[in-house]
Amino acid sequence: MQIRLLLVFAAQKLLRLGRLLMAVAVFTFVLLSFSPIDPVKAYIGADMMQISADQQALIAERWGLDQPMWSRFLDWLGQLLQGNLGTSLVFNQPVSEVIASRFQASLQMLAIAWLLSGLLGLALGLIAGALEGHWIDRLIRLYAYTLASSPTFWVALLLLIVFAVSFKIAPICCAAPPGVLSQNVTFWQHLHHLLLPAVALSIIGIANIALHTRQKLIDVLHSDYVLFARAQGESLWNIVRYHGFRNILLPAITLQFASLSELFGGSVLVEQVFAYPGLGEATVQAALRSDIPLLVGIVFFSALFVYTGNTLADLSYPIIDPRIRLGGQ
Amino acid sequence: MLSISNLGVIFTQYDQGLRRKQLTVITALDLDVQAGEVVAVVGASGSGKSLLAHALLGILPENAAMSGTLQFQGEPLTPERSRSLRGKAIALIPQSVGYLDPLMRVGKQVQRVAQLAGQSKANASTSVDRTFARYDLPMATRDRYPFELSGGMARRILVSTAVVTQAQLVIADEPTPGLHPDVVRETLSHLRELAREGRGVILITHDIEAALQIADRVAVFYAGTTVEIAASKDFSLGNLRHPYTQALWRSLPQNEFVPVPGNQPSPEHLPEGCLFSDRCPWVSDICRAERPPLRQLPRIG
Repeated sequence: MQIRLLLVFAAQKLLRLGRLLMAVAVFTFVLLSFSPIDPVKAYIGADMMQISADQQALIAERWGLDQPMWSRFLDWLGQLLQGNLGTSLVFNQPVSEVIASRFQASLQMLAIAWLLSGLLGLALGLIAGALEGHWIDRLIRLYAYTLASSPTFWVALLLLIVFAVSFKIAPICCAAPPGVLSQNVTFWQHLHHLLLPAVALSIIGIANIALHTRQKLIDVLHSDYVLFARAQGESLWNIVRYHGFRNILLPAITLQFASLSELFGGSVLVEQVFAYPGLGEATVQAALRSDIPLLVGIVFFSALFVYTGNTLADLSYPIIDPRIRLGGQ
Repeated sequence: MLSISNLGVIFTQYDQGLRRKQLTVITALDLDVQAGEVVAVVGASGSGKSLLAHALLGILPENAAMSGTLQFQGEPLTPERSRSLRGKAIALIPQSVGYLDPLMRVGKQVQRVAQLAGQSKANASTSVDRTFARYDLPMATRDRYPFELSGGMARRILVSTAVVTQAQLVIADEPTPGLHPDVVRETLSHLRELAREGRGVILITHDIEAALQIADRVAVFYAGTTVEIAASKDFSLGNLRHPYTQALWRSLPQNEFVPVPGNQPSPEHLPEGCLFSDRCPWVSDICRAERPPLRQLPRIG
């Protein structure tokens, strides 16, 4: 019974993912077809002057650019279904390889930022919510509102100025010291370069999670069951410990997984500021240099990434909330 | 064991901008409870019944100010003393299963109540077992979540939360609405039992019928004042003194089923004189000008 339910769940999720990716494929294709980027020009680049109009037409014909849009779309979709995402023009490598290697670099940064923003956001939100109206609450809110309204790249630049330029305790750029071969980079050097971008990225997430957690805890503290707990002589901190934490966990986890998409978006800006060679930085390069295959590949990958995050949140609900776990039986 | 005289509760609210507004939600409540008796508190919504419970437990909102005298076991019941006594000497039986944490197993919640009352973890666990056995709750109930309880089970668990504490004063806040008549009867008998063990029980309800089944005395609240405290038998004997109590009694379906005309005044527009004056059939110029104090009347009949 359990296994059957799980299979049905998995099948539903996969079907939905298929539909989502199909929609993303159509939108991406149509948008790029109407974009002013000329694929032939993008491919040839600076040598455009040396290529005659006839030769350009020949390339266009070979690529099927003279075909109507729907037939090009079907061609492209056919390749996509075979797992061929094409070759990146910027990196001169298969798109899948570029994404794999770049994502590896980003993943560590994203993971640190995700954990930091989750834990700190939760802690600050709990403190502010429990002390609603207290000056500590006001301070945390001021901090959260300030951060929530400051642009990511600006915060990143500020961190860079303070920690890399003034205090010189963080590297100014990149994922490794310059001039060191990638196989010779030590774990500490790696972490050293990772930390500041990760912190910059997490700072934005903290504000959002703290404010949501605070509001949810306030709701819980005004509930009937907390009133009853107070009537039993439970102290404020024990109320937060026994009832608050339990009851804000579900929304907190939803928010935490939903924040994956924001982190992913933020990483584009942060990696650009820190010149960190991750997927976000590759996105900017692909866009600036009209690398359509890579751009499309990244669009697909990010859709998959965010979808996975939301599915993980869905899967966690029955584990946390007995009403969902047992209620359906 | 408990005596309340002239209790007042005022809420301070911010109206528009910084203008403060004082809301008198309880004007003058009087009540006394002896060990071993059930005193019912009846009245319409907004008559101050639940606020009285909250005042006794020291869980009024922060913008509330209390006046009057509260005495518990011979000593003044200050908000500080309430804080130290609640959950130990004074226990609350809440209205519904919504007062239990929806995500915590009920056994653990009741055990927590026992621990807060001063028992060690092991003792608290035994108390829960003993109490659940007393109320015919299967041991498996301990592992249930509130949403898995039937109405009757939920009631018995809520009563258990007061029983594990050994509190001398038990306040049951609206324990019966929306329940099956059998469950109502069962819940009321549990409350009566608590009184038989020597505890004082305050039964807050707007169900006069339920109150009369088990209460020794009934206090009738109206717009934050005690209008009458009568023995339960005075109701059926027709020995009621206050016009509001008489009107309430007549409004019951099995009596004359006539509604009391008019409405309870809102805390924002309390009349100068007697709070019941605008609905009173016996109103006179004196009671329009000043509020009559509560008096001890000789027994009738």
